[in-house]
Amino acid sequence: MSGEQIEIQIIASLVAVTCAIPGVFLVLRRMAMMSDAISHAILLGIVLAFFAIHDISSPLLIIGAALSGVLTVSIVELLNKTKLVKEDAAIGLVFPVLFSIGVILIARYAWSIHLDVHAVLLGELAFAPFDRLTVGGFDLGPKSLYVMGTILLINLIFILLFYKELKISTFDAGLAAALGFSPGLIHYGLMGLVSVTAVGAFDAVGSILVVALMVTPPAAAYLLTDKLSYMIILSAVIGVVSAISGFWLAILLDANIAGSMATMAGLVFLIVFLFAPDRGIVAIARRRSRQRWEFAGKMLAIHLLNHEGTPDEKRESQVEHLEENLCWKEGFANKVIKYAESKGILIHDRGMLRLTGYGREYAMKSVTDEST
Amino acid sequence: MDILSLLNDLLFDYTLRTVALGSAVLGIVSGALGSYAVLRKQSLLGDAMSHAALPGIAIAFLLTGSKISLVLILGAAIAGWIATLIIMSIVRTTRIKYDTALGMILSVFFGFGLVLLTIIQKRPDATQAGLDKFLFGQAAALLERDVITMAILGSVAIATMLVFWKQFKLLSFDPDFGATLGFPMRFLDVVLTTLIVIAIVTGLQTVGVVLMSAMIVAPASAARQWTDRLGPMIFLSAAFGALAGVSGALLSSSISRLPTGPTIVLCVSAIVVLSIFLAPARGLVWSWFRDRRNRGRLRLEGMLEDLYSLALQHKDPGHAHPVSVLRLMSADKGGVDNSLRKLEEQGLVRRVKSEDWALTKEGIEHARQIIKLGVGEGQ
Repeated sequence: MSGEQIEIQIIASLVAVTCAIPGVFLVLRRMAMMSDAISHAILLGIVLAFFAIHDISSPLLIIGAALSGVLTVSIVELLNKTKLVKEDAAIGLVFPVLFSIGVILIARYAWSIHLDVHAVLLGELAFAPFDRLTVGGFDLGPKSLYVMGTILLINLIFILLFYKELKISTFDAGLAAALGFSPGLIHYGLMGLVSVTAVGAFDAVGSILVVALMVTPPAAAYLLTDKLSYMIILSAVIGVVSAISGFWLAILLDANIAGSMATMAGLVFLIVFLFAPDRGIVAIARRRSRQRWEFAGKMLAIHLLNHEGTPDEKRESQVEHLEENLCWKEGFANKVIKYAESKGILIHDRGMLRLTGYGREYAMKSVTDEST
Repeated sequence: MDILSLLNDLLFDYTLRTVALGSAVLGIVSGALGSYAVLRKQSLLGDAMSHAALPGIAIAFLLTGSKISLVLILGAAIAGWIATLIIMSIVRTTRIKYDTALGMILSVFFGFGLVLLTIIQKRPDATQAGLDKFLFGQAAALLERDVITMAILGSVAIATMLVFWKQFKLLSFDPDFGATLGFPMRFLDVVLTTLIVIAIVTGLQTVGVVLMSAMIVAPASAARQWTDRLGPMIFLSAAFGALAGVSGALLSSSISRLPTGPTIVLCVSAIVVLSIFLAPARGLVWSWFRDRRNRGRLRLEGMLEDLYSLALQHKDPGHAHPVSVLRLMSADKGGVDNSLRKLEEQGLVRRVKSEDWALTKEGIEHARQIIKLGVGEGQ
């Protein structure tokens, strides 16, 4: 691994962690698409700030862009307040306009300078190590390392300071309002955070992949845990895993790094989606099939218990009779009998079924459980 | 800029005619089908579909090596369709919400598309020029062949929409009712989604994946302000889309360095802003005037009521009362003098002394009516 490769991986991991933190709250607050809107709209902010100060590397650009992110949120809310368009339509109306204005401004007035839409939209992480911070002749490392580090610090401070407020207003907005937390303040604080993060990150990974890193790791973490603090940590870990594996995928395929990171994030989500211990597709399917057998076994035990000691016990305990009586197909009945036998509920003796002592208890318990 | 020469160019200049026609087709198709997306609260689905189409385009190219728009559009449509299916199944099977699923699929598909594009770029046998236009759209590069493809796909989509008119109406407004009537709602949902995918992918070449979502949402949102009926809304939406497409294409051709896609988006957004302000009944300007008129009317009626209830405490309903009392009764509302002057003009009150006011005979009648109506409404 060369020094540049290590630096790229560090920057990518920083971006992933920084995006994951506000992303968790976006996902929980059902505002994931706001990240899409903000990350597009900041183009206009960057262009306008550039016109104002004529310096492509000024940190003021970040502030201008962050302001335009907050502006997007306010316009969307203003549109919502008119009640003339629905909320999702409002988002879909606002950011294309701001993005278009940005693109047109670049095309008409800024085409000669290094400010091109491709870079904004797609990002080029591979160039990040070449833009270095030097103080008094000393090379202190890539500039974006410091930019992202600062933004990560801001995010961490905000989350730690307002953790309780964010948590309550996210899960119980009514309670938060009743306790006197200003929902507007928290909302705009969070949106400001998303904007600053998006601005910092778009430089490295491009605006659309900011969305990938903000939404995908938290979505995967959401399927793995029920605790907010774990969800934040898990999102950060998943983000870093996607970032580093994405980097190596890009090296392998000789492709765009940011795109590979998004692809890996999607892949991690797919794995979680399929195999998450409690909420994954496989776990759900297994739970369903287990419940099916359990239920059928219980039904059989109760059926046998019902007829124990009655005159028609002999007839009701025949295997062939089950299909008719419980409306089971032949194959299914045999499988249920095998299942029940393996659980020690009954004994299968030449076509006749007999409950064991445990089976009797089990059937009784099922009945009483059912009735309570 | 001379209008006549512009019109002349529009008719006889090959490039401009092609671009304008293509943009018009795009506007009509996305406007008409976008109406359903907006009505069904799926505005952002268009955004997700258009971004998700990128890997489809790249794979179609990698597999066939052709840059014919029909092939690429087909790839885009399949990818957009798969993305929609994944979004739906994530929402159905997990606790992940719709917006998160949208944002995730949108960005992951787009990222994957980028990976494929950079791979294509580096292949020695191909330039990516033909594919790059799908990112930001390149209306100027439209060929007559492309426009014909767009027109055919668009006509098929709109014809299908007309065939299923009643069913789609049910699906948009009351799917449960439709299901009880025995319509296959799931199937219709899939058909409508497919049509929207077609509308999106036909426009990708002109405005690009990033801005295509605006062409789905904006014309329909504008049209929604003017009417409450589905038919007129779809017609208006298609008309707005076409208008924006053609005017955007003309503007960008007559002004240098004005990219077509963003210009079309700005045109259609201008139509939205105008509609939100000016549309009769719903528009902000009219509702502002209406509110103002109502406020004025309510204030005058309140003043009459005040005077009447004061007078009731005396035997004579025409008893005069000083302004200061009235001011006290309509505390914090202000405008007492103004209201009295207006009522005097209408002959409902009269000035008894310099500061004292009384109801006229008509005023008493009017006040009784208001109180009676007010009580009636309250019951």
